[in-house]
Amino acid sequence: MKGIKETAAKVLFTAAAGVSVLAVALICVFLFASGIPAIGEIGPIEFLTGTVWRPASDTYGILPMILGSVYATACALAIGVPVGLLCAVYLSRFASPRIKRFLVPGVELLAGIPSVVYGFFGLVVLVPLIRQTFTVQGMSLLAASIILGVMILPTIVTVARNALDAVPESYYEGALALGADHERSVFRVLVPAAGSGIMAGVVLGVGRAIGETMAVVMIAGNQVQIPNSLLDGVRTLTTNIVMEMGYAADLHREALIATAVVLFVFVLLINLAFAALNARSRK
Amino acid sequence: MKAVKPNPEGIATAMEAPEALTATQANPHSADQLGGEAAVERAEASDRSEPAPKPPTRQPQACSSRKPTRRISSRILSALVRLGAFLTATVLVVIVGYILVMGVPSLTPELFAFEYNSENVSMLPSLVNTLLAVLLTLAIAVPLGVMAAIFLVEYTTRGNKFVKVVRITAETLAGIPSIVYGLFGMLFFVTFLGWGLSLLSGCLTLAIMVLPTIMRTTEEALRSVPDSYREGSFGLGAGRLRTVLSVVLPPAMPGILGGIILSIGRIVGESAALIFTAGTVAAIPGGLFDSVRTMSVHMYVLSCEGLHIDATYATAVVLLVIVVGINALASFAAKRLTKV
Repeated sequence: MKGIKETAAKVLFTAAAGVSVLAVALICVFLFASGIPAIGEIGPIEFLTGTVWRPASDTYGILPMILGSVYATACALAIGVPVGLLCAVYLSRFASPRIKRFLVPGVELLAGIPSVVYGFFGLVVLVPLIRQTFTVQGMSLLAASIILGVMILPTIVTVARNALDAVPESYYEGALALGADHERSVFRVLVPAAGSGIMAGVVLGVGRAIGETMAVVMIAGNQVQIPNSLLDGVRTLTTNIVMEMGYAADLHREALIATAVVLFVFVLLINLAFAALNARSRK
Repeated sequence: MKAVKPNPEGIATAMEAPEALTATQANPHSADQLGGEAAVERAEASDRSEPAPKPPTRQPQACSSRKPTRRISSRILSALVRLGAFLTATVLVVIVGYILVMGVPSLTPELFAFEYNSENVSMLPSLVNTLLAVLLTLAIAVPLGVMAAIFLVEYTTRGNKFVKVVRITAETLAGIPSIVYGLFGMLFFVTFLGWGLSLLSGCLTLAIMVLPTIMRTTEEALRSVPDSYREGSFGLGAGRLRTVLSVVLPPAMPGILGGIILSIGRIVGESAALIFTAGTVAAIPGGLFDSVRTMSVHMYVLSCEGLHIDATYATAVVLLVIVVGINALASFAAKRLTKV
């Protein structure tokens, strides 16, 4: 009796663990089955390097979207990483318990704010601000980058702080004993020691920024063009999908799924790079 | 070591040292010994300029002058770190403050009417839908995630290939953007299985999305339970299943609950994965196969229409209140449960 129960439980737990494998397999099969034939039909080179996206005449080039995603992510990192890292260092080594009591839940709250709320805030505050300051249309790469930068901030702060807190106290004490002052001990000893963890936070931030959809679609302008400046409108891979999926049909629809395939491959590459990086730093 | 050889030039520099020394004191030399490289650099430097043994006066001088004036770079770093924290706090206060100030006055009773129509743009149906979505998604994802984590921690041996595959796929799932989930849900649940835009399609999509979160947090929680608990339980003659259910799971509950609350936050905030799976019908569903609109989707639709800006602010306020509530609940639960 006991044997049967144990075996049944083991089978059940194994099956539950198999669900995530099954899910990834299904996602791959369904995305690739609809996306790859479309890429074949359009031509991989034309699809990936074409600069014209005109569904009406069956022209599908997603280079502007790829570059849009890359630019927006890079600019978001330029904003989010320095601020996030400094904030993490502050929380880990500078803040008094009283300040921590407010700031830590604050960062958690930032992480919890839904992306539509960020997008809406960008729409009603940031876009008009940019419009007035630079007398441009306002919905722009700049607006998207700032909002994305804020959105990845909590990810970077949390992960980097955990990494910093995990560095053995003896490192810090050792640095102090050698005569380094507090700041120097933190920045020359603790931060390098937490390097791989901090990189993990940055990579997670990249993933979040490149995959963000709703906040971006509300404030980026969504013109299909390679942006020449921060003030130009931009369309990313994600927003391309969400804007047109509602009414797309046939090859257009499949081209959008192919866009998702490209995005998916991007994310897989990021994950791989991250895993490789982590493995190396552990050695 | 050339440095040992006295060298007339070197002695001369050492003699002239007072000024040179005070110059270097902005940079307390002992700090340079932090890294091996820095130490080597210093050794090389002394090779070049001060081959004579260190003048005995140098050490006390360095100490006495370091105390009152901190390194400039340290001050800058300290200021920067504070600036970073200040910016983060400011961003939060500005966003939340702005939404609250603009939104709270727009909260009118009509917004909570039982039926949605284009006149009252009521958010009550979406609120109910959000609750339904959270419950249904958790009902699917929590048992699966917890059982999967139990498998990973309690039922495997080292070097198991299947475990590796599970881990890699869970990590992959965690990184997939929500719009890709949305497309997959549309292709699989909505079209392939023919469930249409429905509560069930949406919740299954969300369940896959939050599964890695629940797995990871549960796994961490289970791993933090000391092995002595398990050994004690086995020693008393309990089987593996009993050990897991009545000895290992209870102390892991706070961690698991933390994961569940994180997932609730993600479900409430999700919009991209739901638009193409659950649709945008603003009514309380009659069944699992009816299309629904959650709060976040409701807010997105409103702000796209651009007609009801006040209602959009009000929706944002309600969403924020929910998120704050979830966060408060999370920290309260964590405190409460770790005490026991």
